Amino acid sequence: MTTTIDLDAPAREPTFVGVSAGRRMKNAGATALVGLAFLIALVPLIWVVYSVLANGAGAVLNSQWWSQSLNGLLARQQGGGAYHAIIGTLFQGLVCAAIATPIGIMVAVYLVEYGGRSRLARATTFMVDILTGVPSIVAALFIYAVWISIFGLGRSALAVSLALVLLMVPVVVRSSEEMLRIVPDDLREASYALGVPKWKTIVKVVIPTALSGMLTGVVLALARVMGETAPVLILVAYAPYINFNIFEGNMASLPLLMTVERNNPTDAGSYRVWGAAITLILIITLFQLLAAFLSKVTAPKTK
Amino acid sequence: MAKRLDLKDVDIYYGKFHAVDGVTLAVPPRSVTAFIGPSGCGKSTVLRTLNRMHEVIPGARVEGEVLLDGEDIYNSAVDPVAVRRTIGMVFQRPNPFPTMSIRDNVVAGLKLQGRRNKAELDETAERALRAANLWNEVKDRLSKPGGGLSGGQQQRLCIARAVAVQPAVLLMDEPCSALDPISTLAIEDLIAELKKDYTIVIVTHNMQQAARVSDQTAFFNLRATGEPGHLVELDDTPKMFSNPTQQATEDYISGRFG
Amino acid sequence: MTDPTVAASLAGPGDPGDRRGGSASAVPATTAPAAEPAPSLLKAGRRTGAQQGDRIFRGFATGSGAFMVALIGAIGLFLLIQAVPSLLANKGNFLTGRTFEAGDPNNLNFGILELSFVTVEVSIFALVLAMPVGLGIALFLTQYAPRRVARPFAYLVDLLAAVPSIIFGLWGAFVLAPAILPIAEFLNEHLGWFFLFQEGNVPLARGANVFTAGIVLAVMILPIITAISREVFERTPRAQIEAALALGATKWEVVRTTVLPFGRAGYISASMLGLGRALGETIALMIILAATPAMFSGSLFDGGATFASMIALSFAELNNNLSAGAFIAAGLVLFVLTFVVNAAARLIIARSGAKA
Repeated sequence: MTTTIDLDAPAREPTFVGVSAGRRMKNAGATALVGLAFLIALVPLIWVVYSVLANGAGAVLNSQWWSQSLNGLLARQQGGGAYHAIIGTLFQGLVCAAIATPIGIMVAVYLVEYGGRSRLARATTFMVDILTGVPSIVAALFIYAVWISIFGLGRSALAVSLALVLLMVPVVVRSSEEMLRIVPDDLREASYALGVPKWKTIVKVVIPTALSGMLTGVVLALARVMGETAPVLILVAYAPYINFNIFEGNMASLPLLMTVERNNPTDAGSYRVWGAAITLILIITLFQLLAAFLSKVTAPKTK
Repeated sequence: MAKRLDLKDVDIYYGKFHAVDGVTLAVPPRSVTAFIGPSGCGKSTVLRTLNRMHEVIPGARVEGEVLLDGEDIYNSAVDPVAVRRTIGMVFQRPNPFPTMSIRDNVVAGLKLQGRRNKAELDETAERALRAANLWNEVKDRLSKPGGGLSGGQQQRLCIARAVAVQPAVLLMDEPCSALDPISTLAIEDLIAELKKDYTIVIVTHNMQQAARVSDQTAFFNLRATGEPGHLVELDDTPKMFSNPTQQATEDYISGRFG
Repeated sequence: MTDPTVAASLAGPGDPGDRRGGSASAVPATTAPAAEPAPSLLKAGRRTGAQQGDRIFRGFATGSGAFMVALIGAIGLFLLIQAVPSLLANKGNFLTGRTFEAGDPNNLNFGILELSFVTVEVSIFALVLAMPVGLGIALFLTQYAPRRVARPFAYLVDLLAAVPSIIFGLWGAFVLAPAILPIAEFLNEHLGWFFLFQEGNVPLARGANVFTAGIVLAVMILPIITAISREVFERTPRAQIEAALALGATKWEVVRTTVLPFGRAGYISASMLGLGRALGETIALMIILAATPAMFSGSLFDGGATFASMIALSFAELNNNLSAGAFIAAGLVLFVLTFVVNAAARLIIARSGAKA
């Protein structure tokens, strides 16, 4: 300690005390790490998309791919297409959506409009959450247990659709619920005040107002379940030919085509697997775009 | 078609909370009755019990009688839906249905009740829009969405929607509080015209508005925070604003509190 | 005028719109002229069935809700019904057996211990990889990234969830495995004394092991962990963050003192949901993991099968109920496992007050 006065020192404390070097380093380090974490996530995304594009582009650029099946082709024989599998994927997905959408929307209506904080409503919310986490293989086994073991019905595309319903319903419930909840209560009250019964208020006022978001949710959920593989593996057998009958017989789908052909070590096998992969991604992307488009055109307009 | 309303000793509860205590008042047909009072005094709550809209809030209940031309709207054989069709309501914020066009908004009440006749609906839409002083502004864009109108026009659209079902009574819950002064004036003019055909009850925060539009005024107040709101006095509007009976009314009207 | 019996039977609780009940009502089935208001409330009330419409509609909605609840119970129940005969016919011990021989219905010998080992190790490994990265991404997107780009960036991460798992499986087996082989060889060579990196029970060169599978699985659960953590971190009260800033805290100090403590429960349950997803993942693992008769040694370079991948691999061949029942029994265990993990995660979220 010295008591001499340094005449060159400023007359008062500096206005801003600097942040210590250690704290600054930590801050910079943390910033770098979280940024790095984000970049790490992009690596597999880009890598996967690149792999699929690089390996599968040859197949989907060939017009045969979109118009022909693999019927009659040997494992090592080049040519043919995935038309049969595309049809299968779309059929199974659309049948699933046709069943899952009304159920999902009614559950959401129950939760938002009727359930309140009742015991059943809380149980329903909980079970929908649980259903979201049920592995697709378990959903497939459940349908197998009921449909095939107990009812004695055969494996079919319809059984696949039913398993997909289990996976799609919770997603539809979630998105529809969210959309119904943001419909302002003002609108419900305005309708009640006109002497409109509650159910008509829901059907004619609340649901149309939320419809745009609900449709988007349904299409996104559909895009998600169309890539599911476990149910098709267990509930329907692969067919290299075209089958339009969802009630019986073998039916291909893109995931099933991939699992079958991945054991084919020839170039033709690789062509088919990666071609199907890119096709599946294209279909999913198409549905995502469709969802975005639907939400645009069906949104309530002000002009 | 305008009818009278009588409240007899009406108590309103939300769950265990006693919101409004013992209101008795009479609303004559073809007149405007204004409810005024400080925030939280229960004036909007009372208004909402007049067409059973308070029931939308879980746990709400009412004791006492609300008589429409002598008929109790709380009679257990009366459907609240029927009550609301007979007693219309206009809300604080304009709330046109966003998915419907202007014309469909106006006839929404009829359409949702199952009327399908297009000519009849068109005729009703025009009549209601004329009644709401909106026809000239929107007649060229009836198929455009209601959400595209200005706030004041939207509120008049909501009034048109309410009168299109030909109610006996029209309830208005602070219909101008979200509007600019010019739109407010348009609504007030409209109220003056509507009272030729309808019984009108209006809740307002604005005492000048009450003085301008109403025939009689009811002043609600709280005795203390947490206590239920109650009706202090009801009288002809000129008398209420010049020479009220109760000290509390005079204090409120002269701006000493509230 | 009144009809008390009808009124009594129709007055139902739980419907805020029609709390006080009343007799029949609204849709005028008859053709009343538009201009005529209801002359009497009671008359209007006595027309026809809007209340019936209300009751039917509410019945449908409530029934759908109840159906969801029943469905979960039904899944457990039907799997159990199918599993019991096979469990009774099982010659081995279901819980401690390490082989799964269920092809011959007359000679069932199956146990789930081996499956449990592989399932748990690959899931935990994936979680260990994904948790820190997921945390980093969630923090980056909610606290660091400029508002303008945060949304598109978040969308990119969500895209990972849109890629079907079979495509991750193909990528893992055919693209990633050869690419990370040098890393695997390095770990095996230098850290081989540690059980995780010892010689596996399948050839290292193919990469068909827990190591590759875990990395792929980590990528797949990343969007789950990120999405829910992000949602919770975003709810950190503005006032807390501003209070920390006003004390002169750096960005990292703000995150450490406000965002992380606030979002911890959400982050943990997000990770548990990721774990639930990992436990049940089927196709990616089926494609990547090499089947092997050798026992699991605990090494990351082992092959083998998880519950889900084993079921998927074998099930298509089955043609009798007893064999199927053995696999269904394994599926039931998987169902219970994911149920418990998911339920715990949801309870933590519910308790922390943030909704996923």
